[in-house]
Amino acid sequence: MSAPAALEIRGLKKSFGPAEIIRGVDLVVPKGERHAVIGPNGAGKSTLFNLISGLLVPTSGEVVLNGARISGRPAFEINRRGLSRSFQVTNIFPRMSVFENIRCGVLWSANQKYAFWRGVQSAAGVAERTEKVLDEIGLTDRREVLAGVLTYAEQRALEIGITVAGGAEVILLDEPTAGMSRHETDRAVGLIRRISEGRTLMIVEHDMGVVFGLADRISVLVYGEIVATGPPAEIRASAKVKEAYLGEEAHA
Amino acid sequence: MSDTTASNSRSGETIRANPRSSALRAAGPWLLSAAALVALPFIFRSDTYLTVMSLMGIAIVFALSYNMMLGQTGMLSFGHAVYYGLGAYFVVHGMNWAIATRAPIPLPLMPLVGGIAGLGFAVIFGWLSTKRSGTTFSMISLGLAELVGSSSLILRTFFGGEEGITTNRTKLLRLTDWSFGSQFQMYYLIAAWCLISAVVMYALTRTPFGRMCNAVRENPERAQFVGYNPQVVRYIAFCLSGFFAGIAGALAGINFELANANLFGAAQSGTVLLATFIGGIGTFVGPVLGAVLVSYLQVMLSDITEVWQLYFGLMFIAVVMFAPGGLAGLVQMHAPVVRAGVIGRLMPSYLMAIVPALLLLLGVVMLIEMTVQLAVKQSEGPAMKLFGIGFNANQPWPWLLMVVLLASAYALFRLVSPRLSAAWDSARVTAAERGIVI
Repeated sequence: MSAPAALEIRGLKKSFGPAEIIRGVDLVVPKGERHAVIGPNGAGKSTLFNLISGLLVPTSGEVVLNGARISGRPAFEINRRGLSRSFQVTNIFPRMSVFENIRCGVLWSANQKYAFWRGVQSAAGVAERTEKVLDEIGLTDRREVLAGVLTYAEQRALEIGITVAGGAEVILLDEPTAGMSRHETDRAVGLIRRISEGRTLMIVEHDMGVVFGLADRISVLVYGEIVATGPPAEIRASAKVKEAYLGEEAHA
Repeated sequence: MSDTTASNSRSGETIRANPRSSALRAAGPWLLSAAALVALPFIFRSDTYLTVMSLMGIAIVFALSYNMMLGQTGMLSFGHAVYYGLGAYFVVHGMNWAIATRAPIPLPLMPLVGGIAGLGFAVIFGWLSTKRSGTTFSMISLGLAELVGSSSLILRTFFGGEEGITTNRTKLLRLTDWSFGSQFQMYYLIAAWCLISAVVMYALTRTPFGRMCNAVRENPERAQFVGYNPQVVRYIAFCLSGFFAGIAGALAGINFELANANLFGAAQSGTVLLATFIGGIGTFVGPVLGAVLVSYLQVMLSDITEVWQLYFGLMFIAVVMFAPGGLAGLVQMHAPVVRAGVIGRLMPSYLMAIVPALLLLLGVVMLIEMTVQLAVKQSEGPAMKLFGIGFNANQPWPWLLMVVLLASAYALFRLVSPRLSAAWDSARVTAAERGIVI
């Protein structure tokens, strides 16, 4: 008996005007799986993430999180239900300290809501949780620095930290290692492995080393459709995938 | 388990180090401010000073309320005077009602009436305007200001037309023998409300909501993906800001014993934007500095020159261009250099830079004043005086002199500026070497 589905995508479509970007995606991601989405540029990987996380509303089809339909709900509500995401382009709070950045990720899940009648210091568990995340992403020493002046790799780590700070069960990471050196990538992969422990992870990634090292299963998205889903070995062996994507990449 | 506690205690130290001393450090600036507010009337005794200081207190509350939106939440409003003006009207009506019905409400509580009025209208108007952010929000705020402004001329029974409505602050229930008739007593009423409002507004920045205001200012999209609805954050900020603007307006209404349409005019909305920005929107104290400076200049400059608003405009442009962090930003910029103990290195080049700065100021002021003399004050003739030297503005030589002055000021600046930036760089490098974060 396989694990129950954390995320279920059924017949998902998205058009921008006449252009159909996502052309009917069906995918089931079981609880606790690390699932990678790969595909050539323009395949619609980021659009797929935007649809799942509520940044975009699907034209048709639905997204189900832990048995509840989330498609069409606003992004903040989807986040409150336990799905959190990072962005391909670093998306942090630049003129706030690293500590504040992480704390903003913690507040809602610590049931602080819009409280303007009590101090943020006094909120139970918030500081501890923030410290723990800072420690996990290795930025404890940089806690007082403004997020905007961190190095690129540090900002990417902070981005992941904000994403996981609220303790979401389902994490979507959009190209977390893009633009990193080999060494930085290795560190980032270690971080992703740690933070996704016991959670469901969906990751868009171009670095095939990262993808094949990290993922339990891989889906290949080409022109808005999933052409194959399976364990890394199966994907590596698939002629269809080679033709559609890996081959193209190897020639490039 | 053991290693998480280890990391927590290490970082926990920096947060909870000695709670008593940190509580004192938090309360210290407020106790000092309170002491200063109590002492000021004994240092500046004249009625003029009391009047100016009362205006400053009102302006501080207004500017701080404005910065809850602009600086904290990133909402640029062009119509904040709406809530200020309505606060004034409601308090004046409230006072007249209390006087007529002999309601047992003492004057010191009356500003709350203005606050509640400001809040009430912010709840209504904010519901509309905070659905959008950025430029759209600014435009809606302008539209709402226009709407309320024109309503005031239509609803004459409430707004009293051009003259507005008046009241008498001494006729309310008295709890002590203070009637608040004198400016001295009025000053203390304003000072008390100013301090209370400032403490509360500061405390608001230290709440979960306050932090999310910053997050929404920085990156509203990201705020959604940590579970917050940016619209709700903006709406709450708008309402609370309206409350304190209403308090400020009520203080103005009580102070002048008058509420008229000027209080919520575009000029009033402009002034609070100016004051807040000149003081600096990036820090909590910035708007306080701006409110003090602008209120002072409004009184002082309007005595000296007819075109004082023009100088305000120039000052505003200068701040926006050269010191976008405002006065507080300039101070903050120097903090690491002072802590590193190398501020002395900047002094020689600062002293050198003062010369062209003063020449520039003199040149600009004279060009403006000569223009005004010729264009506006034709009836008084062209005769003017500078440092006791008489001259005629319709002759070419004073103009020539000023142009030469400006040109040499510019040349001097070019000469000094490399030295200035070199001094800056060396001071900052030293500060960084001494482990001070810039």
